[in-house]
Amino acid sequence: MAKTIMTADDSASMRQMITFTLKQAGYDVIEAEDGQDALKKAETANIDMLITDLNMPNMNGLELIEAIRGKDKYKFIPIIMLTTESDAEKKKQGKNAGATGWLVKPFQPPQLISVIKKVLR
Amino acid sequence: MSTPHNFKETFIQEAEDLLAEVEECVLDIESDPENADAVNRLFRAMHTIKGSGAMFGFDDISAFTHHVETALDYVREGKLRVSTKLIDVILAARDHIKAMLAQAQGGPAVKLSTTEALVKRVNELIPNKLKNHEPGELVQQSIVPKNVAEHETVFRVSVKPHSNIFSIGMDPSLLLEELREMGECTVTVFTDDVPDLKALKPESCYLNWDVILFTDFDENAVRDVFIFVEDECDVRIDDITDEKDEIPKVGEILVHKGDTTAEKITEALNQQPKIGDLLTTSGGVSKQKLKSALVEQQTLAQRKQSTSQESIRVASEKLDSLVNLVGELVIVQAQLSAVSKSVNNHALQSPVEEIERLISELRDVALSVRMMPIGSTFAKFRRLVRDLSNDLGKEIKLETIGAETELDKTVLDKLGDPLVHLIRNSIDHGIESPKTRIEAGKEAHGTIRLTAVHRGAKVVIAIEDDGKGLHPDVIRKKAIEKGLITEDAELSQKEIFNLIMAPGFSTAQIVSKVSGRGVGMDVVKKEIEALRGTVEIKSTLGKGTTIELALPLTLAIIDGLLVEVNHDKYVIPVNSVEECLELTDSSKAMDKTRNVLQVRGELVPFIRLREVFGAAQGVDILEEAVVVETGDSRIGLVVDKVIGDHQTVIKSLGHMYRNVQGVSGATIMGDGNVALIVDIPSLARIANIEEQARLSHKKHPATVN
Repeated sequence: MAKTIMTADDSASMRQMITFTLKQAGYDVIEAEDGQDALKKAETANIDMLITDLNMPNMNGLELIEAIRGKDKYKFIPIIMLTTESDAEKKKQGKNAGATGWLVKPFQPPQLISVIKKVLR
Repeated sequence: MSTPHNFKETFIQEAEDLLAEVEECVLDIESDPENADAVNRLFRAMHTIKGSGAMFGFDDISAFTHHVETALDYVREGKLRVSTKLIDVILAARDHIKAMLAQAQGGPAVKLSTTEALVKRVNELIPNKLKNHEPGELVQQSIVPKNVAEHETVFRVSVKPHSNIFSIGMDPSLLLEELREMGECTVTVFTDDVPDLKALKPESCYLNWDVILFTDFDENAVRDVFIFVEDECDVRIDDITDEKDEIPKVGEILVHKGDTTAEKITEALNQQPKIGDLLTTSGGVSKQKLKSALVEQQTLAQRKQSTSQESIRVASEKLDSLVNLVGELVIVQAQLSAVSKSVNNHALQSPVEEIERLISELRDVALSVRMMPIGSTFAKFRRLVRDLSNDLGKEIKLETIGAETELDKTVLDKLGDPLVHLIRNSIDHGIESPKTRIEAGKEAHGTIRLTAVHRGAKVVIAIEDDGKGLHPDVIRKKAIEKGLITEDAELSQKEIFNLIMAPGFSTAQIVSKVSGRGVGMDVVKKEIEALRGTVEIKSTLGKGTTIELALPLTLAIIDGLLVEVNHDKYVIPVNSVEECLELTDSSKAMDKTRNVLQVRGELVPFIRLREVFGAAQGVDILEEAVVVETGDSRIGLVVDKVIGDHQTVIKSLGHMYRNVQGVSGATIMGDGNVALIVDIPSLARIANIEEQARLSHKKHPATVN
């Protein structure tokens, strides 16, 4: 069964790109527009992995990571955060919040896939 | 199929939306510098433009936005104070990003000097002590995703793991899986090396694969898949994308030159043994290798286009032509129904009815595709209000309600100018200076409220201000001066207000740069009526003015009421029809010299379409009157006969008839005849003018119970 990955990003073009890349790689994708949306959708669906942006309205990426990690069923899923060069110091905070790894924007679709491969084996 | 090109378009669209939000946020911040939410939204918008811009190759936009983002980050952290200078720079930067986006879409080139000047202005705002790192250096490092190929590439990937690959804990099937995840794959497995069961070592790998991969990734990305197994695997990657564009075969050349025919070639080829068979027989190639080659050939030939798209962006002209075609279809369907009725054939009737149902559904769907929320139009006015009120030294707040209300795109496009004019009027003439407002006991800042609501088949847009309101006496005096009315004309307050929409009327004492430049309310009225809408003015002296525009939801296809006048057919838009009644002597008002109907105790002026359209007065015709409403007044249109409901596809009358009074368009009926669509506002004007003339003709206006 294809693994389900959730992408949380408030940028529609980023979501479109990530979804396209993941779907082409054979994953099921659930899109979320912000942290709140992601948390709501993660409650009803079962996701195998989360890729989240950090800067989002309503609930930011760090808050989302913490909230997801707080759930029993998501204690061990891989969580990748997308950062920009300018919020590099956020990596540490993300790590502390429970992120598995990160990817710096702009990235290339194969990089995204290879990061997923690494953590979703 | 989505391509990087689509992402770019999505990004441009997204960036434009974000820029609209930027403007909104900036204006929010200007009115309330402590508005942390607006600062955060503003920062996030810029951050997204920067981040996504870099993702999709808009490096110039990304680099530029980075500077603005840096400044906003300081604002967010409370290290930089909101100032008028900052607001102005951000607005200028926003406009600049918009220009850069336009450039990316083929617009005029953006000058590098402008970019540099703006970056300088932004950086000047940041206190020196904060500049610990040079902004910009980070973005310059960013790389455009280079290993995403512009087009789909086809690779032949031959994977031959060494027999010991399992011992290092690597499962080669994962590699294949990874390849599969990069695009469509056709995998051929070679089992030639698998020994007899007795000789088989379970810990050894005997298989190898040929994979035909269709992918958007480039060769390096494909090679990356094998990065951890380079030493345990023989991998050969060939780009075979161009193989289909290979040199033509000799047979093809012969056919092309006309030396022989394709049939003859096929015939000759069928008699000849296949190359593969020849090679395997001669031992030149193994059957497995041949199989792989054949699979490759087949895969390339059978390449199917897979499409999976949830939403697409379509050029509006395409939608327009879709709606036009649906319109044509509605007309032809009406003809078909008419024919089907006349031949009275049951076998024909049922599919015709089904077509009728489907087409009406198709019509609704096609029209709904063109519906757009009015919010984007509203959002543009915030800047207008800000800039103008600053120029005039007034304090004005803009409130919008009902931004989600949907209107046909064609209506929406034509609505911008009239709305700009009305808002300018409110700012210029309506809302007083803060000083005057305080003296009048009002709050120093004025409010302009834009509201959009659905009301039946119409959308009503109201522009409401809490300014000084219209002064009936001043308007009246002015109208007499301009010769628009006579001194003894008896007008209701509403009629007086309507005078400001008469051509050549302008109450502005001083011609300001904001409004009062000759283009008056008459133009607004004309533009709204061209959209088959109406304008209504309500005003209370000292309290404010409300202007209501009622607009049809769509301009393309309407429900009409078909009527007959002198054997010609006319269409009256159903949404303005209130009722139909017979024009008997008793329904006319008691005063027979006036063209006035009595409708349930109310007097309604009427007009005979026969007279308007210059037809001879019918003798012994039982006339019928269709009572229609326009704005807030009602008139009766007297016709020979009311025929009934008619789905009307509006066709323009064309250039020649643009100025014809009383008709706004035409439609083609089921039998192929043309029916004219009556223009109710202009008929109402004619009716009222005639009624006024009759009234002033009689010295003392009649009073009728």
